[in-house]
Amino acid sequence: VRSARLRYDAVVIGAGVAGLTAATRLAEGGASVCVVATGVGSTHLAPATIDVLGYDPERVETTGAALADFVSARPLHPYALTGTQSIAAALEWFRGRVEAHSPSGYRYLGGLERNFLLPSAIGVARPSALVPETMAAGELREHSSLCFVGLPVLRDFHVRLCAANVARLGVEARGIELDIDVGGRPEANAVGLAKRFDDPGFRASFAAELAPLVHEQRIGLPAVLGLRDAHGAWADLEQRLERRVFEVPTLPPSAPGIRMFNALRASLRAAGGRLVMGSRVVDAKRSGGRVVALRAEASGHEVIYEPSWVVLATGGFGSGGIAMDSHWKAREAVFDLPLRYGPEAGRPRFDPTYLAKQPLARAGVAVDASLRPPGYENLLVAGAALGGAEPWREGCGEGISLASGYRAAELLLKSEDMAAAA
Amino acid sequence: VTEDVLHGLLRGSLDHCVKCTICETACPVSNVTPLFPGPKYAGPQAERYRIDDEPSVESSVDYCSGCGICTQVCPQGVQIAELNALARAKLKAQDGVPLRDRLIARPTVIGRLGTPVAPVANASLRWRPLRAFVERTLGVHRDAPLPRFAGRSFRRWAKRHRSPEGTRKVVYFHGCGTQYYEPDVGQKVVAVLERNGFEVEIPKQDCCGLPLQSNGLFDDARKYVLRLASALAPAAREGALIVGNATSCTLMLKREAREILGLDEDPDLELVSDSTYDICELLLELHQRGELDTDFAPLEQTVSYHAPCQLQGQWIGKPALELLALIPGLELRETDARCCGIAGTYGLKREKYEIAMDVGAELFAELDTGGDELVACDSDTCRWQIEHATGGTCVHPVELLHRAYGL
Repeated sequence: VRSARLRYDAVVIGAGVAGLTAATRLAEGGASVCVVATGVGSTHLAPATIDVLGYDPERVETTGAALADFVSARPLHPYALTGTQSIAAALEWFRGRVEAHSPSGYRYLGGLERNFLLPSAIGVARPSALVPETMAAGELREHSSLCFVGLPVLRDFHVRLCAANVARLGVEARGIELDIDVGGRPEANAVGLAKRFDDPGFRASFAAELAPLVHEQRIGLPAVLGLRDAHGAWADLEQRLERRVFEVPTLPPSAPGIRMFNALRASLRAAGGRLVMGSRVVDAKRSGGRVVALRAEASGHEVIYEPSWVVLATGGFGSGGIAMDSHWKAREAVFDLPLRYGPEAGRPRFDPTYLAKQPLARAGVAVDASLRPPGYENLLVAGAALGGAEPWREGCGEGISLASGYRAAELLLKSEDMAAAA
Repeated sequence: VTEDVLHGLLRGSLDHCVKCTICETACPVSNVTPLFPGPKYAGPQAERYRIDDEPSVESSVDYCSGCGICTQVCPQGVQIAELNALARAKLKAQDGVPLRDRLIARPTVIGRLGTPVAPVANASLRWRPLRAFVERTLGVHRDAPLPRFAGRSFRRWAKRHRSPEGTRKVVYFHGCGTQYYEPDVGQKVVAVLERNGFEVEIPKQDCCGLPLQSNGLFDDARKYVLRLASALAPAAREGALIVGNATSCTLMLKREAREILGLDEDPDLELVSDSTYDICELLLELHQRGELDTDFAPLEQTVSYHAPCQLQGQWIGKPALELLALIPGLELRETDARCCGIAGTYGLKREKYEIAMDVGAELFAELDTGGDELVACDSDTCRWQIEHATGGTCVHPVELLHRAYGL
């Protein structure tokens, strides 16, 4: 079998938040970087808020202050490895990159001071450290009244359920629907709608139809307010409706998530990093503790990458970075790295109650303080592949991805051979 | 037997679909027309209604352009585009393939007819009344971008050309676009390869069968691609790489013929599939080994680079970007938009022309062809579509390398 051979200072496997963050930081630091990904990561599915710490186990108000206790009680948690300083630095970096590489004006607000408390797609309060500015006015600690507006062409956005759940939190909230014409189509997904909201003409007629229906102080719309001109669409609607307007996350696909992906991809591009999409890294060649080559599927012949460093950011169970076979054995998909923090052999893997604490949920790759799995010198792990966390219970998924991706890059840029290469 | 086994494997990938909708966010077609409800709907979801020996009941898949972006972005490895190609062929086998599709899927026939009478053919194909007539009778849209016959075939030049003896040998697979419409691009590819020490062999060759495949004419497509494979295989057997500049045709050889046409057991095709490189992919690898001649003269030129879908479907990223970045003075910008819309023969069709133009609208808006900006794009049909829609000039990336070498 023939193969093309490509050398880079670093190959990052995975194009989610962790992978793109690590790769961009490395490229910014002067390294030659290639991201190899089977496909798009969870960016296109997730609400695109950056949740750093939402529950410990009670809801967290002040993230920065809560993190120290949280980490000291959990020495195996990814945050204990990245350190809280990396979290702060990563958030700062992320805000900067989104602002610099999004269409004009689009930005994130927040930090480690105080969590935002924003409604999810079904009106559940969700604590987030950083949020798109277009979502910020959904703050549920404020008492001004809310009108959630559903668009019947957008299926699975149940606006009355959303409003009813928000009302239970003590905020005056109502759900209404506005039928809009999307070229005669019976339905449209979030991306199709977002493209329409990029058009000022569409926004104008939409606002004109909506204005008479709303008497509340704030208006919540599904997060479809533009892709290329999201800031413009949001600001335009606020002005036309003479009210604060905010986006509410939708079921997938996620328009704000695509904006985030686009901003990170543009940052990577601006820093000179390369992105290969559609190619799965199937195995690796080791020499002692070093990964010397990665074998990736391509069309026809294979591609062999020969990186000095590898960052594994393939995600957890949801993305296939960790998979469980028919014998119920969970394994890491590329390097077959040992998993830890899962249930011990013979113990139950699942609790029959779906939302209960699931024994398998914390399973992931074990790494040392330099994010390296045991026995590997030039392989670092970042993102949801890391074990020891329960992101959906702790409200920390994006925080882990961002902080560990950032930390992995910082560690590598400080390493001697990388410094020499740069 | 081969086809059934492979169909099984392709279909098996369906089990990995978690209905995440990532493919639908990326599909250029479903984002502009309700006639195609999207790759997930037409593929993984509708597949349950496609049962062997039973009629096909889902016809929207005819509006899939076959760009393959869905497969490329799927995080779960579902081969959506390939499954939809099979579904389209089943639909065509059932409903019949119009004369138009049988004709435009045969570039060799068109090329051989048009080349000797190029001036007349070119003038006729730009004569509005005739195009209106052809649209009514045949169904080729009157505004569709049809390339101009060069009036001389690439082979005529190739037959006379003697490649200097080099340290390493490559086989050049030029494709029909180079053969009948852009022989100068082929000459530049050869010159750039020779500049880098390759001895270029150009065996007699014909169409790869891709247009037939994308129009659902699988049996004919198989004949073409197997014939091409047997023409290219002898040199590959002696260790030569095969290099092409037509991205959709190299993708056909690399992967699609084996996966979509189910030709996974032909030894010639297997060898050819394994040995085929896109020209920029090969040059980038050369550069990575420190063996590319990088003695480029400065080009004070702004270039927007658009990577065709069928190049990205090779899963090698965008090698041209790294190559063009080596040219001093060249100001390079990568486009964000995904697809120009043409998808080979898709955008030529009366009922699909407007869709194709709508698909490409995002790309066309990004290109600033009013000034002295050039567009670079690796695929010939995409270049013709971009030039048609923007009025600008669109070149193969190798043409820029050729210029910077001062050849």
